[in-house]
Amino acid sequence: MAKPSGPHASDGASIRLDAVGFDFGDMAMHFDLAIAPSSIAAIIGPSGSGKSTLLNLIAGFETAKSGRILIGGQDVTHAPPARRPVSMVFQDNNLFAHLDVAANVGLGRKPDLKLNNADRTAVSEAIRKVGLAGKEVRKPEALSGGERQRVAIARALVRNRPVLLLDEAFASLGPALRHEMLDLVGNLQEDTRMTIVMVTHHPEDALRLPSTLFYLEHGKIVASGPAKELLSDKRPSLLRKYLGVKDSDL
Amino acid sequence: MTADRSLKPLAGASALALLAILAGGALLSLAIEAMGGRTEGFATFDSYLWRIARFTLVQALLSMLLSVALAVPLARALHAHPAFPGRAMILRLFALPLALPALVAVLGITSIYGRNGLLAATFRALGLDAIPDIYGLTGILIAHVFFNLPLATRLILSGLDSIPEDYWKLASQLGMNGWARFRLIEWPVIGRNLSGIAGLIFMLCITSFTIVLTLGGGPRATTLEVAIYQALHFDFDIARAVSLTLLQLCLTIAVLAVLGLSGRPAEEGFSLHTATRRFDRPPLGAKLLDGGLILFGLVFVGLPIAGTVVSGLAADLLRLLSERPVWQAILTSLILGASAAALSLIISLALVMAREYLANERRDAPPTLFERALDLGASLIMVVPPIVIGAGWFILSRHFVDPFSLAPIMVVSVNAAMAIPFAFRILRPSWDTAASRHNRLCAQLGIAGWNRLRLIDWPALARPLGVAFAFAMALSLGDLGTIALFGNNSIQTLPFLLLQRMGSYRTEDAAGLALILGFLCLLLMIIADRGASRLARTESGNNG
Amino acid sequence: MRPFNTLVKSAILAGALALGLTAPAKAEGKLTVYTYESFTAEWGPGPKVKEAFEKQCGCTVEFVAVTDGVALLNRLKLEGPSTKADVVLGLDTNLTYEASETGLFAPHGIDTSAISIPGGYQDDTFVPFDYGYFAVIYDTEKLKNPPGSLKELVEGDPKQKIVIEDPRTSTPGLGLLLWVKSVYGDKAGEAWDKLKDRVLTVTPGWSEAYGLFTKGEAPLVLSYTTSPAYHIVAEKTDRYKAAPFEEGHYLQVEVAGQTANGAKNPLSAQFLTFMTSPAFQDAIPENNWMFPAAKTSTALNPAFETLVKPAKTLILSPEEVSKNRKAWIDEWLSAMSL
Repeated sequence: MAKPSGPHASDGASIRLDAVGFDFGDMAMHFDLAIAPSSIAAIIGPSGSGKSTLLNLIAGFETAKSGRILIGGQDVTHAPPARRPVSMVFQDNNLFAHLDVAANVGLGRKPDLKLNNADRTAVSEAIRKVGLAGKEVRKPEALSGGERQRVAIARALVRNRPVLLLDEAFASLGPALRHEMLDLVGNLQEDTRMTIVMVTHHPEDALRLPSTLFYLEHGKIVASGPAKELLSDKRPSLLRKYLGVKDSDL
Repeated sequence: MTADRSLKPLAGASALALLAILAGGALLSLAIEAMGGRTEGFATFDSYLWRIARFTLVQALLSMLLSVALAVPLARALHAHPAFPGRAMILRLFALPLALPALVAVLGITSIYGRNGLLAATFRALGLDAIPDIYGLTGILIAHVFFNLPLATRLILSGLDSIPEDYWKLASQLGMNGWARFRLIEWPVIGRNLSGIAGLIFMLCITSFTIVLTLGGGPRATTLEVAIYQALHFDFDIARAVSLTLLQLCLTIAVLAVLGLSGRPAEEGFSLHTATRRFDRPPLGAKLLDGGLILFGLVFVGLPIAGTVVSGLAADLLRLLSERPVWQAILTSLILGASAAALSLIISLALVMAREYLANERRDAPPTLFERALDLGASLIMVVPPIVIGAGWFILSRHFVDPFSLAPIMVVSVNAAMAIPFAFRILRPSWDTAASRHNRLCAQLGIAGWNRLRLIDWPALARPLGVAFAFAMALSLGDLGTIALFGNNSIQTLPFLLLQRMGSYRTEDAAGLALILGFLCLLLMIIADRGASRLARTESGNNG
Repeated sequence: MRPFNTLVKSAILAGALALGLTAPAKAEGKLTVYTYESFTAEWGPGPKVKEAFEKQCGCTVEFVAVTDGVALLNRLKLEGPSTKADVVLGLDTNLTYEASETGLFAPHGIDTSAISIPGGYQDDTFVPFDYGYFAVIYDTEKLKNPPGSLKELVEGDPKQKIVIEDPRTSTPGLGLLLWVKSVYGDKAGEAWDKLKDRVLTVTPGWSEAYGLFTKGEAPLVLSYTTSPAYHIVAEKTDRYKAAPFEEGHYLQVEVAGQTANGAKNPLSAQFLTFMTSPAFQDAIPENNWMFPAAKTSTALNPAFETLVKPAKTLILSPEEVSKNRKAWIDEWLSAMSL
């Protein structure tokens, strides 16, 4: 991959899963997918279909049994998590409870927290970008659920990696807050051009951002395409059952 | 609902009162008895006494520091390698030392580090002209670390197991090295629990008797516990025994206060094996270091046990197992151990429930003295010597009943009391977690009383209760102190039989009985372990 | 709170029932004997003595056993005049003065002419039933030239270690203390100061000391002259031997006596008389591993003939021991602690 220049060194990277096999208990999973650089991919599917496993494979928390995983054209199938150009935000426990906001963000810059001036500037800039300026010295317990996820996103920003994975990151937030967070992510994406892969329970999340949708069932991708099409009236019958009564809402 | 909840403090108070009566009643009855006779013993704080008080403190503090200092890296290593070969078995092995009678452990330790032990034989084989000499503080520390390193390791490990898996994912994604992981993730959890663990070990070491005398090399190594025994047994100076016991209690409270135990008692308990998945791939150097640490722990704890097993196998086990008294002793030990464990669990659960209830009620206000007493008071029973409890209750009860008929009750209650600090630590974290998760939901759904216990609390507590039961029972199986006080031929426990054989030249029989005792404890741990993991499976099956 | 209490009670009750602890039946002609545990152990003299005496008297003997001789006296002091004991068996001569002082014992009033103890023994209250000598036992495989006297032990090679017992917690420990005292007198403190370097460790009781010795931790241990007899008879080995000491050996005499309460029970005196007969004495040598205090029906096992016969018997009077014990232990402590 050509080294991009400019303020956004981390312009999005492409993601490719090439016949990736993985055994999850009794279920044999098989993934083939390609995500374009600087695009937003939304992964939906019934629970237990392998959404989180897919993210864990990309992040390196699980290792593929067969096949190849390429990020930005580089084979990372066997690379440890820290060597992958990826940041991930979980639903809970994104923050270390005993560290304040600035330290939690700073970890993204230096995992031993030995920050220099440039690091500290980057950290406060990121905290400002996610709208938490002035809350640098708060501990996670003094933050709301939405604020905690903002801190996690700020950390992803200072890490400056070309791929951001969101594992149901906003699932525990109310609808308004969730939309707010999605808009924040959308704005940051426009700014940084990161590739975003998000797992969500809410198909409407995929519509809020211009995304490609991947629909999973039993450890396989059974449908994919632009979210606007897949979730429109012309949606494949496959998705109807999953979307259920929510059909009319969309 | 309210009626049910308001019973919890009462249950806690009753449990605490029971313990206070057990220890306080004995001390009071001895004090009253002493008033009638010689009373100068109340005031004999001579230079001898200060010297042994100092030694008692020094050896207990050193043992505590050493055990904890070694346990931290060992627990870290065990946690970092959930797939280390034989890890589950190592953890079970680590439950054994606590259940061994002191004399058995002492002989096991000398079979390795003694002048005629494995180490000495190795020196000889290497042509070295050195005889290991452990008699003195060295021997005491080796023995205490042998007893307490495994305990501390398991307690710290449980703390580490409580770290959310997401933290490890984050750590590996952020690329934290070993030191950063320790500083930023592991130490905050370990540090939070350390004062409680250190306090427990301190209490176990301050009351050391057989180990200190036998390995101490001479009367320089004398603990208060020895002086209490001497006063009560040899000199029959009740007043002195009472004042020495009070001194021991005060010293312990002072040390616990310094440790800040009362400040923030946020302790984890111990679980059998919940290996967290870690997502890091430690570099080779760290792997080797961790492997070396685990190996060191295994060898250090395993060798004296192996020594005991080797001596035990030399005994005529078949003959022993064909003897009626042996089977009777095994049965007696199992019955007494199970009763003590059951009683210990009931009292611990009452303490745990009451503490959580009070902590929940007060919200952000500082804990009351009562709440702290529920936490700490229960542990203090450990430093009241069983001989004092035994003698006190003997004096008190002889006016009402035949003291000998009290023997099984006393044995069960003293053993139960001694196991409470352990049972409490096992039950508390599970109860607190379950309570914080379920309290509101249950209140809202109106699930209370028996229904709540059956449907909500039992599934969450079954596993820790099983583990606590196994631990308490193993602890009681190895106890000798209490039974010997009341002396009654109809109650012969396994350790009692062991010491009796030992005391009449039958060393091989004693070694064989020690092996049987150790085997019983290991079996208990395995059963608790299996039961626990089966329960855990059904539980997750229900949820998933 | 009711369920809680009930649970506790039923747990205790279940434990008690399972152990078969029922109140002892009130029987006609019953004798209660307080003694120490190893006496009533299955291999101890207790079972044989009980059987023989019950046959003779047509009564029931109930043994109540406590840890050791000292615990026996303590138990009696705790129970006071209301004690259930008719006979107390297993005090040694170091305890008899204190025991008499309690006023709980009655004179035995029996004919003790059958008793034969080295140096003789006369007491109105207590009747001896066995005796033994303290001795230093050595391992012949480790030590070729054992000390021939207490002096040689004290002044010998400090590399040849000995395990001794603590006089604060054990009878043999007190025995050695008195042995050294009766040989060295006022110089006992200095003797201990020298012996200190040879002492590997001081154990709380005999079991720990002998256990360390047989494990090979030290070639010498303080025990009894009769110890080798056990190894010869039961283990068929003469590896462990007692070292004869020139100055003589300290004597331990074990006695029994009847309580003031027990004096009202005619079985008490009958038992004390029985104690001096071969029927009782036969059970002593190979069950208690001590010397019988009176004639046995057959000659002793030849192993006893091979044992060290002390050149001189050392013993201090019970009164002297009782009055000086504390001071002598303090002397021992300060010599050994420096």
